[in-house]
Amino acid sequence: MKDMVEIRWHGRGGQGAKTASLLLADAAFNTGKYVQGFPEYGPERMGAPITAYNRISSERSTVHSNIYEPDYVVVVDETLLSAVDVTAGLKETGAIVINSGKSPAALRPLLKGYAGKVCTIDAGKISEEELGKNFPNTPMLAAIVKVSGVVDVEKFIGDMEASFHHKFASKPQVIEGNMKALKRSMEEVQAG
Amino acid sequence: MGIRERLSGNEAIAVAMKQINPDVMGAFPITPSTEIPQYFSTYVDNGEVDTEFIAVESEHSAMSTCIGAEAAGARAISATSSCGLCYMTEMLYVAASDRLPITLAVSCRALSGPININNDHSDAMGVRDAGWLMLFAETNQEAYDNYLQAMRIGEAVGLPIMICQDGFITSHAIENIELVEDEKVKAFVGEYKPEHALLGRQNSMAVGAYATPVYYMEAKRAQAQAMMDAKDVIRKVGAEFAAMTGRKYDLVEYYRMEDAEEAIVIIGSSAGTAKAAVNELRAAGKKVGLIKVRSFRPFPTEEIVAGLKNVKAFAVMDKDDSFNGHCGPMFAEVAASLYAAGVSAPKGISYIYGLGGRDVRVESIQRVFTELADIAATGETGETYRYLDVRE
Repeated sequence: MKDMVEIRWHGRGGQGAKTASLLLADAAFNTGKYVQGFPEYGPERMGAPITAYNRISSERSTVHSNIYEPDYVVVVDETLLSAVDVTAGLKETGAIVINSGKSPAALRPLLKGYAGKVCTIDAGKISEEELGKNFPNTPMLAAIVKVSGVVDVEKFIGDMEASFHHKFASKPQVIEGNMKALKRSMEEVQAG
Repeated sequence: MGIRERLSGNEAIAVAMKQINPDVMGAFPITPSTEIPQYFSTYVDNGEVDTEFIAVESEHSAMSTCIGAEAAGARAISATSSCGLCYMTEMLYVAASDRLPITLAVSCRALSGPININNDHSDAMGVRDAGWLMLFAETNQEAYDNYLQAMRIGEAVGLPIMICQDGFITSHAIENIELVEDEKVKAFVGEYKPEHALLGRQNSMAVGAYATPVYYMEAKRAQAQAMMDAKDVIRKVGAEFAAMTGRKYDLVEYYRMEDAEEAIVIIGSSAGTAKAAVNELRAAGKKVGLIKVRSFRPFPTEEIVAGLKNVKAFAVMDKDDSFNGHCGPMFAEVAASLYAAGVSAPKGISYIYGLGGRDVRVESIQRVFTELADIAATGETGETYRYLDVRE
């Protein structure tokens, strides 16, 4: 399939990598795409490495396997770089997006010779400054949308705002924080 | 036009249940089907359905609840997985022999041990002889569509029906789906008006009677007839559903079988992955195809024979093992179908695959076709009982 985009998420149980993959599926669905968003379930415990996946395309994919040669990889927890082979199969025409305060150049040596684009975003810092808590998945979602271009950025921001208004109807202050986190992440993501 | 949505397979089943608004749900949670009663209980709580939701202390009781309700003349449903289905087994036989068209959603999962929460078909295949109708889904869409057709089929022949999908692989994966409008679902599924019921005012009847040897076998023969009669009902309901939605359903789906020389027979979500493998091999000029079994009970013998009689080699893919020392359960059914029809030319092998969530890749299925090409070319079948993608 020509326009198929495949994304693999690495996180730790409880950090919201699965939720982020489902939110990305939602965002792509809202632009008329066929989507798959699914987690790979292992032992379910807080802190264990988990993987989640997205397939996004203009035709329905019938494949129901995990993704081994992703176009993009998102790493929600920087400590996974030494624990999991995050760039396994990652296409060099794609990119890896890592939640980290470090620069892409500083992290590249940890990526086993991956020659494609390396992007970093300090999602933890953005989340703490805008939401007062470490919920990295919203900024990570924004960063992968920006880097991959899999969803139109303007449309994405509009949809997310509508979705936050729905989700946090009783807590309007949270909506503003989430929207700021989203936009900051798109501005601050570094590529190298 | 239907409603464009994106839902997991479990959510899709819960939405179908909501649209149908059955009388009674007996439920006990187990991974990966837990979300079904969980979502449905919110519809009960917020008044979107007026179903009597009975939270019980075990799956045995969940099925007993359904049996009591359905015998009384109500529409009853449940959902389960894995050892939950095992624990229901005693009552599954009671439901089927009492001819109670209960609808049970199964998000299929491996059985212990080793303990494992992931997908295979050991649970459903373990109860394949309980007398239930069994439909399997490749996608969330098919799980939903099968559920909407389930009551029409079960109630027409007086048999309970299982609507099976693959745990996690479709039950927990968000994918696009086209929903049918509520009023169309209501009109399609219709009201349940049993001719006889325990609490029927006009035609009340006893349920669960003792049968002496003078009567028992006739009761079983009638059950067997209902299962045979179900084939036509499944076709007719499928055709009616296609007229409403444009989505066609039969006992099996033939995929690129027209001139196939090598073929696989497969059930569930991996059929989709296998379609991608078939497409790649077809693009490379190979004459390959697949038969997806939608209805495992009743078993589509005629369709299997018609599909396989002209191939040179085939593999039957079983996501579970019979531990009989020679083949998986569907291989046995396929081989029996061919032999009974006098078809012996195609060479067949049994593949056990995808146990306990072992990922099934496009490449995995291509390896099967490579083996089949070899068998077709040499005429040598070799070992007929094989495990796919396993470390030995």
